[in-house]
Amino acid sequence: MRVLRILGRNIRDSFKSVFRNFSLSLASIACIIITLIVVSIAMILSFNVNNFTKAVERDMTIVAFLNRDISLDRIEEIKDEINTINYVETFVFQDKMTISEEMMEESSDFDSILEKYENRDDNPLLDAFQIKVTDISKIEEVATSVSNIDGVYNVKYGEGMVDQLVSVFDIVKKISYGVVVALIIVTAFLISNTIKITIFSRKREIEIMRLVGASNINIKIPFIFEGLFLGLFGSIIPILVTIIGYDALYNAFNGQVISPFIQLIVPLPFTYLVSLALVAIGILVGMFGSWRAVKKYLKI
Amino acid sequence: MDLIKIKNVEKTYKTGVTAIYDLNLNIEKGEFVFIIGSTGCGKSTLIKMLYREEKPSSGMINIGGINVSKLKNRNVYKIRRKIGVVFQDFKLLPKSTVYENVAFALEIFGLPNSEIHSKVIKSLELVGLKHKAKNYPHQLSGGEQQRVAIARAIVNGPRLLICDEPTGNLDENTSMEIMKVLEEINKLGTTIIMVTHDTDIVNKMKKRVILLDSGRIVKDYKEGEYVHESA
Repeated sequence: MRVLRILGRNIRDSFKSVFRNFSLSLASIACIIITLIVVSIAMILSFNVNNFTKAVERDMTIVAFLNRDISLDRIEEIKDEINTINYVETFVFQDKMTISEEMMEESSDFDSILEKYENRDDNPLLDAFQIKVTDISKIEEVATSVSNIDGVYNVKYGEGMVDQLVSVFDIVKKISYGVVVALIIVTAFLISNTIKITIFSRKREIEIMRLVGASNINIKIPFIFEGLFLGLFGSIIPILVTIIGYDALYNAFNGQVISPFIQLIVPLPFTYLVSLALVAIGILVGMFGSWRAVKKYLKI
Repeated sequence: MDLIKIKNVEKTYKTGVTAIYDLNLNIEKGEFVFIIGSTGCGKSTLIKMLYREEKPSSGMINIGGINVSKLKNRNVYKIRRKIGVVFQDFKLLPKSTVYENVAFALEIFGLPNSEIHSKVIKSLELVGLKHKAKNYPHQLSGGEQQRVAIARAIVNGPRLLICDEPTGNLDENTSMEIMKVLEEINKLGTTIIMVTHDTDIVNKMKKRVILLDSGRIVKDYKEGEYVHESA
């Protein structure tokens, strides 16, 4: 009960203090607004790159062609063998007869050529397995294992191109995460400095608090709550910018960048999640900033 | 019974200046003590050590069972809650009302609002400012502001009230009003230590007087002994 009362009074006082020191609060809030907007942009960018990477990775398949004269029994055995390979997510068997039928339907040129080979043994095409891996970076390893299976004629997985894509995406992801983290840290210090000015202007208040027997926690908590409120107020505009801005961007691009291959993340609930992250970052950064400032000032 | 026991206390500042030399002093519960002396005699240092704004370089200070000289910075609040301090410059919160200024000292303890209200009103009544509870400090005269500061200092019922030149900024009549308030508080059982320059006040009050000079107690006058011969 006693603790709750103290807490309640602290929240009330820090709320008042945000308005009593309005110009300084405004400086802190402006600083939070600007950084949170940049954080939001960096987050949207990195999530979209991530989303795109995942989509590309999902489409990456290993195609294993089998020997032309392979028997149906051996195919069943190969299925079991593929099952034992690590990092294989799913695989599909594609019968050469089915493939030729599909091709014949697709174009009359194929139709005229392939209709000569009605018999399975005559079919010039190859049976194949389409294999998806759980981890794109292991695609080479899986491809090698598959090519070692007896009866496998050839393995294709877009060598070279895949490796490059994987490493480029990895770099882009790491950079965007790095930018977000760096921005958050910079904001924390900026806020810390702004709040330090606020606290300096309230030196007397702290002196009096100490005089009447306020413990260090008594003194710190209102300032930390003040940081919380600054973070909370500072995140309102960035959230609006995020929700409205991203929706407008999505509609302007029709949900894709340059080609249908690069899809943007659908705005809802994506922007809500980003907003939630922004509030959390704003609050944490505000609290950390003021905690650091008071700590330095109190020299405890 | 002694409320304050000071034993072999010495204070040397980092600058190398020694403000207090081997000081011994006992003050009983319920006493009213003046500390006088010329500027730089160490009286400010002495009382600062009592409310643990300064730490003695050596020796022991015990107030009501708490060894103040050994108190760590983060535990200073423990002694501050047991004593009240009044300053020459009042030290009120300018943006808070009289009521809020006094209540401030209780709110940090987490007392219920009803209890805070009754204590604040009682304290303001004692200094005669109940009717100004809703005013802001800048709307009050110097004497009234000092009485608010006194109300704040005594609101949680401290056993010791330390006054550092409380009348330093006030005229003669107002000073005597403050002294009356302090005497009243003293009669209710609070020990009072007051540092002052004003020999007129000391003459009129006829209390125990401790005369400091160059960091040493030169004379400890019992109640009524001290008479200042005006030049």
